[in-house]
Amino acid sequence: MSALIEADHLTRILPAIVPVTLVRDVSLTVGEQEFLAITGPSGSGKSSLLYLLGLLDRPTSGMLKIAGQDTSQLNDDELARLRLEHLGFVFQFHFLLPEFSVLENVRLPMRKAGRLSASEMHDRAASLLEDLGLAGHLDKRPDQLSGGQRQRVAVARALANDPHVVLADEPTGSLDSKSSEQVFTILKDLVRERGKTVIAVTHDMDIAARVDRRIHLVDGRVVSDERVVQAAV
Amino acid sequence: MRLILELALTHIAGRGRQTIVAILGVALGVGFSIAMAALMQGTEKDFIAQLVDTMPHVQISDERRTARRQPAEDLFAAAQFEGLRPKEDRRGILNPAAAFASLRAWVPGRMARSLRTQGVVRYAGRDVGVSVIGIEPEIEATVSSVAGDFVQGSFDALQAGGNNIVVGDTLARRLGASMGTTIQLVSPTGQSRGFKIVGEFHTGNNARDEGETYVLLKNAQILSERPNAINDIRLRLDDPDAAPRVARQAEAELGYKAVPWQEANESLLEALVVRNVVMYTVVGAILLVAGFGIYNIISTITHEKARDIAILKSLGFTQGNMRRLFLIEGLALGLAGSVAGWLIGFLLCFALSQVEFKLSGAGVGRELTRLPLFWSPWHYAIASSFALISSGVAGYLPARQAARLNPVDIIRGAT
Repeated sequence: MSALIEADHLTRILPAIVPVTLVRDVSLTVGEQEFLAITGPSGSGKSSLLYLLGLLDRPTSGMLKIAGQDTSQLNDDELARLRLEHLGFVFQFHFLLPEFSVLENVRLPMRKAGRLSASEMHDRAASLLEDLGLAGHLDKRPDQLSGGQRQRVAVARALANDPHVVLADEPTGSLDSKSSEQVFTILKDLVRERGKTVIAVTHDMDIAARVDRRIHLVDGRVVSDERVVQAAV
Repeated sequence: MRLILELALTHIAGRGRQTIVAILGVALGVGFSIAMAALMQGTEKDFIAQLVDTMPHVQISDERRTARRQPAEDLFAAAQFEGLRPKEDRRGILNPAAAFASLRAWVPGRMARSLRTQGVVRYAGRDVGVSVIGIEPEIEATVSSVAGDFVQGSFDALQAGGNNIVVGDTLARRLGASMGTTIQLVSPTGQSRGFKIVGEFHTGNNARDEGETYVLLKNAQILSERPNAINDIRLRLDDPDAAPRVARQAEAELGYKAVPWQEANESLLEALVVRNVVMYTVVGAILLVAGFGIYNIISTITHEKARDIAILKSLGFTQGNMRRLFLIEGLALGLAGSVAGWLIGFLLCFALSQVEFKLSGAGVGRELTRLPLFWSPWHYAIASSFALISSGVAGYLPARQAARLNPVDIIRGAT
């Protein structure tokens, strides 16, 4: 099991008159095909840690390696490239672009990466959406879908460039229990069937109970990091 | 790059109402500045054209700028003279035929000579003081704007047999005379003759319509007892702007005072300079206000899109991509607005040019019936480049700021 993400003494301090420490001295290693949940009370720095791991934010100190590459010396554009290739995001709110069709939203990261031809992109986006049960909704606008459907589109978009890691920030936070269950199943399948690593921030204990690894944060500090052996489902 | 362009266009197309408001905002700014500029410049051009058309471009009279040196001053080497009685000059331009011929050799344009004197018109017991201008009808017609202002008759009619005269219509009305009436013309030297009215003109300038009469040059010379004399040469140049140069040269050559139209109307032209400053300030202010409005609309849209910037950045788009995206959006709105603005400007100009109003009666220089508008591609180019610049800046500046922001800050703000 090789390390996809290696964090070494990550600290993130918000500069202010009274500086706020969001993440305090966190070291962790995440390998392939892990299903990991970051839990903790609100304000404990779960999301901040996720943003650091997702290269959306830069640590104040400490070192972070993504796929073996040290990120501390990279400029913003190089970080953007790394995000494009290795990471996919799902947020609490779907964050789809409202002017674009469902299919276009999924194609966007592919077009930015520019590795596939137009027809390949179309086929890949369509098959991702079909896998997530959205076969009939390809040409709809995001606002014509339900919350759960939108979140599934967001998952499809996160998978667009076949990333190694999918980072999810409260992916079920704004969904009802049925949709939550669907999204959880999808995330679990990403790990089990597609071999992705999924890191999800959640305060939903029901979900946290069913992942492979749980990291609990309090005040930006890791207080527990436990691997859970799940019964086969 | 194509991706960014497509993104920009989809963004714009996806927000129908907002896009229309933005384009309309730009278009109104562009349109009104175009119409305003056309109107301002049109009225100015019209004013100058009126001035230039109704006046001779250069007028050479028998006056001199300084008093002529007296023969005694040339003869005696005295420091000062007292009580010298000046020699009386023969009035009029000396040797008029030669002077006229020498001017004709180089002056670029047409010229007419005349004898301008004073007289009193007498008819039905009424006396009216007038200027009597002796002209040569066939060349006067090529120089004077009066030739185009005839209500009845023409200059040519002066040449028909007998003593004929052309008068302004106001004068004729005052006297109660009409075409064919014979009126008495009394000269300063006491000569009196009957002249038959063969033409009436209406220039719109009350002083002229009431106080100018035209007779044949020969008749004027007889009336004022100055055979062969002329005291007025008027030039009508091909290029009115050359008037000062021509006047200087003519003055140097003949020694007589030559006044270009610019000098004769100095105070008016000075007023025009002030007017120009006002005009450019007004048009500039409209452009500025329009530009500010454009900036306001487009930067609002860009700010609203801050969330999209965060999303796109999290997907792996770079800061440069984001700046370009919103620059393109700003420019596209600016461009669409400019084109719509051209149309609005054109239609406004057309509508303004259709406005008719009746100004008549005494004191009005000329009957203005339509608003004078000046069409220039420059108005369109300047207004739309102003709009493009402000919309580009309006797209770029907020986008640069937003692109620099950490997407996390925007995402946090949204949740």
